[in-house]
Amino acid sequence: MLRGVLGKTFRLVGYTIQYGCIAHCAFEYVGGVVMCSGPSMEPTIQNSDIVFAENLSRHFYGIQRGDIVIAKSPSDPKSNICKRVIGLEGDKILTSSPSDFFKSHNYVPTGHVWLEGDNLQNSTDSRYYGPIPYGLIRGRIFFKIWPLSDFGFLRDSPNGHRFSDD
Amino acid sequence: MAQSQGWVRRYAKAFCKGFFVAVPVAVTFLDRVACVARVEGASMQPSLNPGGSQSSDVVLLNHWKVRNFEVQRGDIVSLVSPKNPEQKIIKRVIALEGDIVKTMGHKNRYVKVPRGHIWVEGDHHGHSFDSNSFGPVSLGLLHAHATHILWPPERWQKLESVLPPERLPVQREEE
Repeated sequence: MLRGVLGKTFRLVGYTIQYGCIAHCAFEYVGGVVMCSGPSMEPTIQNSDIVFAENLSRHFYGIQRGDIVIAKSPSDPKSNICKRVIGLEGDKILTSSPSDFFKSHNYVPTGHVWLEGDNLQNSTDSRYYGPIPYGLIRGRIFFKIWPLSDFGFLRDSPNGHRFSDD
Repeated sequence: MAQSQGWVRRYAKAFCKGFFVAVPVAVTFLDRVACVARVEGASMQPSLNPGGSQSSDVVLLNHWKVRNFEVQRGDIVSLVSPKNPEQKIIKRVIALEGDIVKTMGHKNRYVKVPRGHIWVEGDHHGHSFDSNSFGPVSLGLLHAHATHILWPPERWQKLESVLPPERLPVQREEE
């Protein structure tokens, strides 16, 4: 009787470990479903939207300007942020606001990216904490699953062209 | 004839079953629990690679200890290089968030480590590409905690978390 229960428990633990490892490999190397919260990416992504993120671009260093990425927050490694890539290393970024008379520029250092939310009025991003290292990027969001009224690939940035290429 | 075909079928089935169990488990173990790595370069002499290019130390990297991003001053850690995401660098943690560090060769003389960041330095000052060059690093780049030297056998040892006395932070963040 006891041996039967022990046998079943071991089998259950074995299956849990096995499926847990498969899940880890899938999330780490392929992609997964993510729920976003916060207003900083409106109107492209609203609060409580469910999106699909892929991690292949990160591993092959294929993140490009205009991609929406999930990254670890630079000031809190346990939480994630979801923003759009405005500049890659070497790009010139306009850091002054459009109302300023004198424009100021900054160059994105090597190994870093400049992130901004689509909702510029309500987004804490690289304009606040500076460029973040590429190593903090976890994945790229490319498809929205929920709400169904907005199902499909994600739109381009509504903020026009803030990218100034060199 | 039929018997040998049946044998091949059963073998292929068992192989696939084993493959899909063994590979994810091994990959997860190496990503989440521990792995080994060879140390290159002279930035951590004399603690690591004292022989220079003759012999490279192989260290045990413990991911499990840093799963909640908890490190102590003096730990030797590996992290993703902030200047080149394809490379991992291995350095010693000198200061945690809130500490004020007296820098050696940084553009500012004193730096307060921001929240969620750490200050790392190689033991071989002057030959090390560390926080004195690129400033405090975000804890999100932390990869693993190097706990032991595994190879060469005459250098088997546990790596101690000691902070060199001249590198103590000027002011510690009080808990």
